[in-house]
Amino acid sequence: MIDLLRKQWNLLLEKRWLVPALLATGFGLAFVIPEYHLLSVYVQLILMYVGINIILAVSLNLVNGYMGEFSLAHAGFMAVGAYTAVLLTMKVLPVTDFPLLFPCAVLAGGLAAALLGMIVAIPSFKVRGDYLAIITLAFLMIVKSMIENIDFIGGPRGIPGIMKLTTLPWVFFWTVTLVWMIRNFIYSKYGRGVLSIREDEIASDLMSVNTQQVKLFAFMLSSFCAGIAGALFAHLLQFISPRIFDITKSTDILIMVYLGGIASIGGSILGATLFTVLLELLRPSTMAALLSWLPSFVFDPLNEHFISHLGVWRMVIMPLALILVMLYWPRGIMGLREFRGFIPRRDREAHHYINPQGEEPHGAIDRH
Amino acid sequence: MSEAVVYWLQQTLNALQLGSIYALIALGYTMVYGILTMINFAHGDVFMIGAFFCFLLSSTLGLTFAPTLLLAMLGTALLGVVIERLAYKPLRQAPRVSAIITALGVGLFLENFTLALSPYPKHIPTLLENVTWNLHGISLSSIQVVIISLSLGLMLLLDYIVHRTPIGMAMRAISWDKTYVPLMGIPVDLIITVTFAIGAGLAGAAGTMYALAYPVIDPYMGITVGWKAFICAVVGGIGNIRGAMVGAFILGGVEIMVVAFFPSTYRDFVAFTLLMLLIIIRPYGILGKPRIQKV
Repeated sequence: MIDLLRKQWNLLLEKRWLVPALLATGFGLAFVIPEYHLLSVYVQLILMYVGINIILAVSLNLVNGYMGEFSLAHAGFMAVGAYTAVLLTMKVLPVTDFPLLFPCAVLAGGLAAALLGMIVAIPSFKVRGDYLAIITLAFLMIVKSMIENIDFIGGPRGIPGIMKLTTLPWVFFWTVTLVWMIRNFIYSKYGRGVLSIREDEIASDLMSVNTQQVKLFAFMLSSFCAGIAGALFAHLLQFISPRIFDITKSTDILIMVYLGGIASIGGSILGATLFTVLLELLRPSTMAALLSWLPSFVFDPLNEHFISHLGVWRMVIMPLALILVMLYWPRGIMGLREFRGFIPRRDREAHHYINPQGEEPHGAIDRH
Repeated sequence: MSEAVVYWLQQTLNALQLGSIYALIALGYTMVYGILTMINFAHGDVFMIGAFFCFLLSSTLGLTFAPTLLLAMLGTALLGVVIERLAYKPLRQAPRVSAIITALGVGLFLENFTLALSPYPKHIPTLLENVTWNLHGISLSSIQVVIISLSLGLMLLLDYIVHRTPIGMAMRAISWDKTYVPLMGIPVDLIITVTFAIGAGLAGAAGTMYALAYPVIDPYMGITVGWKAFICAVVGGIGNIRGAMVGAFILGGVEIMVVAFFPSTYRDFVAFTLLMLLIIIRPYGILGKPRIQKV
């Protein structure tokens, strides 16, 4: 019986109409949910944050997981994208009259971030490993410090009162498009180049991989996605300041990537979703609402002694959970594995050659 | 003395004070890296815990400066050992990045745990009577003297331990080669524990001195200072103990000089741009040796 189900399931996974059908359903739902208030505003907000975090985690995984570098600059690219898009929607483009200009502003944010991604990519031709990590860290600090010093864009006070333009369909659209782009990049000729750089840069250079071009592409694509995520994030939060995009934001994204598992798109999606949803679930109000079906003699003491303290302690529980996950699954939840659906058909049988299981990825950060 | 000379000497003094605090923290990063090639991102938060130990000991128990410093160092050393045993030791065979992410997790845990226990910034009581001397126009406070001389003393002591004692020889041996050193009868686990204890103890000392100089402390103070100390370690050549000290005094000097000549908000901008250029020009740090990759 179970065998039969599994067989049917595998057959279903092989169907060509499956992905378009799922996407169409998702897109339909993304339109219908806000229109008819199928889910509360709070749940919709979390869904949008999940989408943005998926973009961030998958794009950081391209550099940190597939290419084997350790970038800390993702929050910086986010900031560049966010500020560019916000300045465009607030000062230049008449978005209130033409709502379709919003994606243009988001795209501009992504392009601005990609341009800056080049600045990080160029030192990476020469510098690797921990020293490149420092360059990305310095880059993040420079971006933050620069924004703080430009009075025209609010300086350290930031920009309040941004229009709320990010909606569920837009988040869904950008998430699907960007994840699809990164997935295609990884399984393209350049993507093989990215993997070969992780395994051994000198050898891949000898095999006539244009390592500089590949690195440039990978960094620019990754920062482009981060910029778009930043633009969406700014128009969702409706307030940005340099403090939002500091090193803690980068650490959050790193945690999502490594929680899910490196070199795995499915893992990053899982990691971003788990991280975002768990943090929200641990909020006292959410927890109380979720457990309110319990009889009052159970709920009341629980509420008094446990739930009402969660507001402070949830930020203690999360890192503890992260440490435990790392101790028991040092490679993260997916750990170099991948959902079959994300692998192109022609590569499915050969996938274990691309990601050798049980073997170390020889990224620079892994070299002793 | 002319005014310009006085001004420069004054700024140099300030740079020495800031640099010696950075140096004590950077040493912990660089020692752990030298032995385990692991970046201990929780180290900045151990520094923060050191400052909070200082607060607890001085204001709750009412101790004077010397016992406060010693007990804070002891406390953070113990904390460092506990962190190493519980969180890092099980991951020694795992991919390097797993240990780094665990370290980030430990750091977040320490920050938020402290925040949960003490939500408001704390004021450190006056531990040392602050006397300011005036030498030909240069003002020199007793706190500055204590910070600079104590940290220089600790650095000399560490340099002696690493380069002149059997335990230091074992440390250097482990960072040289991990396969054969255990076969020579060197207790690798013990040496690693001692390394973490020394590094964390120095961070505790730095925390206490930081609390002396800037007496308002909060749970997130370790983030910025910790990352900056990490940068010092890399600038000097990570894994190199003397390099960490050099890097720390360079960063301290650059930060103070930027504030002296530009608006203070440009401090991070100029400091990090210079560091970025330095790493691009000399990717293995000032005192580090380029690692030759054999094909």
